[in-house]
Amino acid sequence: MAAETSSVSPAPRFSLIRQLRESPHAQGLALISPTLIYLLFTLVLPLLLVVVLSFMTRGPYGNIIYRVNLGNYTRLMDTLYLRILGYSLLTAALTTIGTILIGYPLAYYIARTPPRQRSVYLFLILVPFWTNFIIRIYAWIMILRTEGLLNSFLLKIGFIQAPLDILYTPTAVLIGMVYEFLPFMVLPLYTSLEKIEPAQLEAAADLGARPFMAFLRVTLPLSLPGMIAGSILVFIPAMGMFVVPDLMGGAKTILVGNLIRNQFLTARDWPFGAAASMLLLILTLIFTLFYTRRAGFGEELLV
Amino acid sequence: MSEKKPAIWLRIYALLAYAYIYFPILILIIFSFNTQKINVRWEGFTLQWYKVLFNDQNVILATRNTLIIAFTSTIISTVIGTLAALALQRYRFPGYGAAESLLYVPVIIPEVVMGISLLAFFASIGLTLGLGTITLSHIAFNIPFVTLVVRARLHGFDKSIEEAAMDLGANELTTFWRVTLPTIMPGVLSGALLAFTLSLDDYVITYFTAGPGSTTLPLRIFSMVRFAVTPEVNALSTLWVLTVFIVLLIGQIAQRSQSPQQTR
Repeated sequence: MAAETSSVSPAPRFSLIRQLRESPHAQGLALISPTLIYLLFTLVLPLLLVVVLSFMTRGPYGNIIYRVNLGNYTRLMDTLYLRILGYSLLTAALTTIGTILIGYPLAYYIARTPPRQRSVYLFLILVPFWTNFIIRIYAWIMILRTEGLLNSFLLKIGFIQAPLDILYTPTAVLIGMVYEFLPFMVLPLYTSLEKIEPAQLEAAADLGARPFMAFLRVTLPLSLPGMIAGSILVFIPAMGMFVVPDLMGGAKTILVGNLIRNQFLTARDWPFGAAASMLLLILTLIFTLFYTRRAGFGEELLV
Repeated sequence: MSEKKPAIWLRIYALLAYAYIYFPILILIIFSFNTQKINVRWEGFTLQWYKVLFNDQNVILATRNTLIIAFTSTIISTVIGTLAALALQRYRFPGYGAAESLLYVPVIIPEVVMGISLLAFFASIGLTLGLGTITLSHIAFNIPFVTLVVRARLHGFDKSIEEAAMDLGANELTTFWRVTLPTIMPGVLSGALLAFTLSLDDYVITYFTAGPGSTTLPLRIFSMVRFAVTPEVNALSTLWVLTVFIVLLIGQIAQRSQSPQQTR
């Protein structure tokens, strides 16, 4: 009976399923929904919770008093915290500049080697990058500490009379950060340098440009998307970094990341920590938008 | 770029840059064989730190935890992330732009913010921090990376092979298992490899979502480094570096034998 009717006009139930199955909208939504549901619970709701927390107050025992106010944000405007913020921006900026100075010639070199060698050179950049980043910091601690390799070497050759105190200073933090983030700059730079056609440089030479001028007027502008992508990839994580200052910066070096961590785990002032997180998040968004507006790029970010 | 040989100063610069990248790691490896405990000066060759390492219960437990978390989060995030990649590359649906942007958020957001938001969320719904909460968090930051990698692979996918399979009478499911999946498999595998390494390597998010007894290797290394510089850390680091190197090398060779024209 059922088969008979369906052969004439399909039962509504089946037709609905069929319609759904054949609708590209429904298929797409079905495939994306696990991701959306998962990220709703592990990303969207947690971030909304931080937004809400940032308007609350800390109770006397580290508990949270649910009364909406702007106290945490006004507290962030205190010179103490503004100084931490300024210092974080400076550290992130210097880290970005450091990775460009070391990374640009390196990316340029890799892009100029024969294609078959390039993958080997890139691979050599990637190997340390895949090693745990705390291990990489540790390697630098071994080198920089008072009785470390750098000091014993400099003492031995008589370059210095007393060991230098490099570890546990802001300089040490910068050294560690530049080392950590270098591959994030080299890879996108390489991607855009590699795309430059030799003909473009030959054209510049034919028109009378000296190699340096050709670099300044052709290569550099064409590699700008890579530099911008690299700057985002370095600047943003450098802004929120707290592990390098923890291990290499000593007690005095506090960045926004350290502030947030301390508020959540040591001071147990979650509302204030949440407000500091919001500030970091907003700055991150502003910088990302600022950088991406400056130049159109796509695959450089996707290395 | 140009076929000309790079200038001499550029070659010297590159050599120095590679020396800068590898010198610290080389030092780390050499000093893992040092007899001196405070590890300041080279005294003599020994394997005793490896012996200490293999008998360190904390390290063994941390390794176990790390592998459990990495395998679980890789499998789940690879499945979910591949489905999302198929959805974004093949279909247009309401909310497409929003879904695409949402997937970028974990890539761009500072890790410390993601860490504290997860900590606050787990605490507010009453989940006890431990292996479970770490794994849930790792899946969250892995999904976008898997999706990015698989999408890149789907980009050059020729839809006509699928249509051919359907014309020959295969249904959608058979087509997916026999045609689509094998074709995108290299992408799925490199997505999974990326997820696995990100999970192995993660310190920040794990730090905020870990509880008692769920210490992972990066957390363990951090506390070892913080309290004392001993050659045992060097031994652990050496093994880590070697493992990563071998895994990456295998990945490179596999990729090269599969598609000789691709450099990545």
